[in-house]
Amino acid sequence: MADTVRLKIKRQDGPDTSARWEEFEVPHRKGENLLTCLMDIQKNPVTADGKPTTPVVWESNCLEEVCGACTMVINGRVRQGCTALVDKIEQPIKVEPMTKFPVVRDLMVDRSRMFESLKKVHAWIDIDGTHDLGPGPRVAPDVQQTRYVLSTCMTCGCCLEACPQINPRSQFIGAAALNQVRLFNEHPSGALHKDVRLEAIMDDGGISDCGNAQNCVQVCPKNIPLTDSIAALYRETTWYGLFSWLKR
Amino acid sequence: MANADIRVSVIGGGLAGLMTTIKIAEQGHRVDLFSLVPVRRSHSVCAQGGINGAVNTKGEGDSPLVHFDDTIYGGDFLANQPPVRAMCEMAPAIIYMFDRMGVPFSRTAEGLIDFRRFGGTKHHRTAFAGASTGQQLLYALDEQVRRFEVEGLVTKYEWWEFLSAVLDDNQVCRGLTAMNLRTLEVKAFPSDAIVMATGGVGSIFGKSTNSVICTGSAQAALYQQGVKYANGEFIQVHPTAIPGEDKLRLMSESARGEGGRVWVPKKQGDERDPSSIPESERWYFLEEKYPAYGNLVPRDIATREIFQACLDGYGVGGGNMVYLDLTHIPAETLDRKLGAILEIYEKFVGDDPRHTPMKIFPGMHYTMGGIWVDYDQMTNVPGVFAVGECDYSIHGANRLGANSLLSCIYAGIVTGKAAVNHATGAGRGETLNGLHEAELKRQVAINEKLKNQRGPENAYSLHEEMGKWMTDHVTVVRYNKKLEETDAKLQELIERFDGIDINEKIYWATQALPHARQLYNMLLLARAITLGALNRNESRGAHYKPDFPARNDEQFLKTTIATYSREGPEFSYEPVDISQIKPRPRKYDVDKKAS
Repeated sequence: MADTVRLKIKRQDGPDTSARWEEFEVPHRKGENLLTCLMDIQKNPVTADGKPTTPVVWESNCLEEVCGACTMVINGRVRQGCTALVDKIEQPIKVEPMTKFPVVRDLMVDRSRMFESLKKVHAWIDIDGTHDLGPGPRVAPDVQQTRYVLSTCMTCGCCLEACPQINPRSQFIGAAALNQVRLFNEHPSGALHKDVRLEAIMDDGGISDCGNAQNCVQVCPKNIPLTDSIAALYRETTWYGLFSWLKR
Repeated sequence: MANADIRVSVIGGGLAGLMTTIKIAEQGHRVDLFSLVPVRRSHSVCAQGGINGAVNTKGEGDSPLVHFDDTIYGGDFLANQPPVRAMCEMAPAIIYMFDRMGVPFSRTAEGLIDFRRFGGTKHHRTAFAGASTGQQLLYALDEQVRRFEVEGLVTKYEWWEFLSAVLDDNQVCRGLTAMNLRTLEVKAFPSDAIVMATGGVGSIFGKSTNSVICTGSAQAALYQQGVKYANGEFIQVHPTAIPGEDKLRLMSESARGEGGRVWVPKKQGDERDPSSIPESERWYFLEEKYPAYGNLVPRDIATREIFQACLDGYGVGGGNMVYLDLTHIPAETLDRKLGAILEIYEKFVGDDPRHTPMKIFPGMHYTMGGIWVDYDQMTNVPGVFAVGECDYSIHGANRLGANSLLSCIYAGIVTGKAAVNHATGAGRGETLNGLHEAELKRQVAINEKLKNQRGPENAYSLHEEMGKWMTDHVTVVRYNKKLEETDAKLQELIERFDGIDINEKIYWATQALPHARQLYNMLLLARAITLGALNRNESRGAHYKPDFPARNDEQFLKTTIATYSREGPEFSYEPVDISQIKPRPRKYDVDKKAS
């Protein structure tokens, strides 16, 4: 028997067309990842039963699991294609696009809602300018280490895909954006605008829509303590709600 | 007549492009920002180790002038010195700017930014954020750009690919054409200046440490329009990459900076498990040959030594790999300082580098050469600027570790000002009638030809063939005969390009057509790189010819400039500005003496 990899890929020509499954059989190489198989299909776009087809469309860039682009659903689990080592997963490998984002084509989806959420939660530090104003505030090493982990979020969308609260009937912003609020609120200068971010997640679709299913933290490829972030923000928003009420 | 209401376009959303964008928006001007991907996914995320700046918080007597000397020396004196000096002087302020943006730089006990040592220097000069500094810096700029987006000063065109500049009859840039990667719509965008921030050319070598989008296609498109391409032959091969089927993944120089040791078994073809090979039977060849710098010799030297050790049969198991060993360092220290890169190794190879020495081999990593620019980052075509890895200006014949992020920011800061100045003074005049439409038509015609073309060739296979030839003959070791053969091969591939079939019937969001366009551009640029190498009969920095093993300042202390012609690249040379540091031999077996 030839040493090959069998794949079952969900194909969809465009956002408004229906999906279909196509099967492929490509050469196997030791240590390869799933994306290598998709590259093989590009070189020879023919299905397992010999029918010519179009090359599969997918999104990828760094191939090192740091850009977040190649997120897809592989054998039922949302993850990056670049770290899906063929030798470690069951065949035929079933590959589908994420379901919580509109499909663009084949495995490519439109995640722009995630970037829009970053605008909504004020995910930046309000610096006075990029000119030389000397160093920033001193930061304790343990604060830095906490923030660094939060800051490795690559907007990949795994946490949204796995979250039961993300669905067509809900406005929930999702764990990734909430985590950004904590990231910036824990920085000494970021904390100066803490309230703006807290208010943003106390709206509809904000933190109170989290159903505490805790799926997000299980699928996060960067092991970001997303549920800790959400819990910390629960406390913050509760205090903020109370405090701003007293202020009135 | 000056333009009050100017519009600048930035092409590329990595560090250099975003920094340029911010600087222009800060002056209150509008920016159109084009990117192949959401800018937060740009290749800058891959930079692991850090960013250099002689802040001297370790009391080592470091200073921007020492940094300047290290950079010029590391680059084997091929860089024009004034911009390098300006960059090194600006570096501490650049690190502080990122600090104020909230980048989680690793900290000392006192809460100050921590610095680590990198290759080619004796000082702790590299600020770092865990082991994904590039990602963290990119995110900081992405966030600031998003602020300007909310304010309405920045308009993002993500999923758009640059196709060409729109040039008027005087070869002055008046805009660009770009293609929407979803609809394949081609559109012309009038612009008073365009800034190229399109990164390296890794894809020309097939597999490299670069991201998928680093094709060099945009540079090559401009090259065909008369923009000069400089020092193309200088390609950095990173000594420590993890070989892979789809790409070569970087193992950051910080692994050596934090004490990683490179070795091979003394006995050729030794098949024992590395942990059972006693100390006395290991050959730490870098430490032995370069006692002053040891494992921290610059990249070109480490690369050649590793390559040679394998060529001589000392590679692990007789193959093309050596050990990079961190197992003598406590796992807790490794996790804190190198966590993310060790995870990469674990994820992609399956071994735990805390307990098993890593297996690595050199891989194409960085493009020192690039678009020719003046000290204001402007190309020979007025109105076209270039910043970051796609420009040639800072790194000479070899880049020092942790200088790339710095050079991106420096170039962005300089260009933010220069592009606005140019745009303000450029005037629009009456000469623009029909200019944009004509260029648009030309670009649409290229697409139509590719769509309708039928033939036996597959663009991805041609691409693989180009990559293999370029990697085999135009990276670590170069022989003139092989370079000539490579150029002949490239010409053959260019001919075969006319026989490709993109195998696509649906043009919505297809990658086949953009890829074919990129491939053609890459082939032309590959010739400029290969022939530039053929013409340079010396060894300097990353460019090494066994038949010409010495640096030859008399004949080759000059910048290579490739200019496009239909018959092939034409070469000319330009003197290097060595006004501040006199060239001296570059040696890393003894301590570098400052000039």
